[in-house]
Amino acid sequence: MSTSGLAKLVFLGRLEDIAGMGELAVTPGPLEHILAALDPALAVELLGERVRMALNGALLGDNEAVVLAEGDELAFLPPVSGG
Amino acid sequence: MPDSGAAVRLLGEGFSPAEEMATFTAAHPEAGGIVSFLGQVRAEPGAHAVEALELKHYAAMTLPGMEALAAATRKRWALDGLLIIHRYGVMRAGDPIVLVAAAARHRRDAFAAADFAMDHLKSQSWFWKREKTASGWRWIEPRPDDHRDRARW
Repeated sequence: MSTSGLAKLVFLGRLEDIAGMGELAVTPGPLEHILAALDPALAVELLGERVRMALNGALLGDNEAVVLAEGDELAFLPPVSGG
Repeated sequence: MPDSGAAVRLLGEGFSPAEEMATFTAAHPEAGGIVSFLGQVRAEPGAHAVEALELKHYAAMTLPGMEALAAATRKRWALDGLLIIHRYGVMRAGDPIVLVAAAARHRRDAFAAADFAMDHLKSQSWFWKREKTASGWRWIEPRPDDHRDRARW
């Protein structure tokens, strides 16, 4: 599948189960437009206060406005539990 | 990577802690002490027995984060070498999950560095854990202890 012209959402941890997929190709643009097109139950989980976001591998601040460009990868990171 | 660097590996397959320690020890004859920590999948009896544990990682962040932790650890203590190995994928009781080893001229630096690296691996590294018991798979949330442990530093 060609992903040219698209951006990507990545769902980690339990968010992958809720989304039913690990990744989703989306049309670039403001995050609120992208979330509005998703299943509302998933969008609510993605916006949970304990979920952090990383754009192309770099953590984002709490109130940063996110606009995805072509080729961008936005990851949703629930609390970690390693070791 | 030269001996003075940190060896950091993220593995999708099992590893032998004994072999890793033999290699690491042989590479650091100048060290007066080596402290290691091995984390393994706990075997629990009864209804809560964990049949399998799965760790998921995120390629864009997990290994880079481990490398940054190794660099921070080496900067903080005088070490001759530092080894950090962490698994991802499905594991079973007794399988090694994480191995941290710190080699130093003096033991206190080695103890502290290994302790620091472990506390941060547990609470700050980009891993997500789920366990399979008789009632199915369940995602594991971080424990308050993990955050208290990190706050020690």
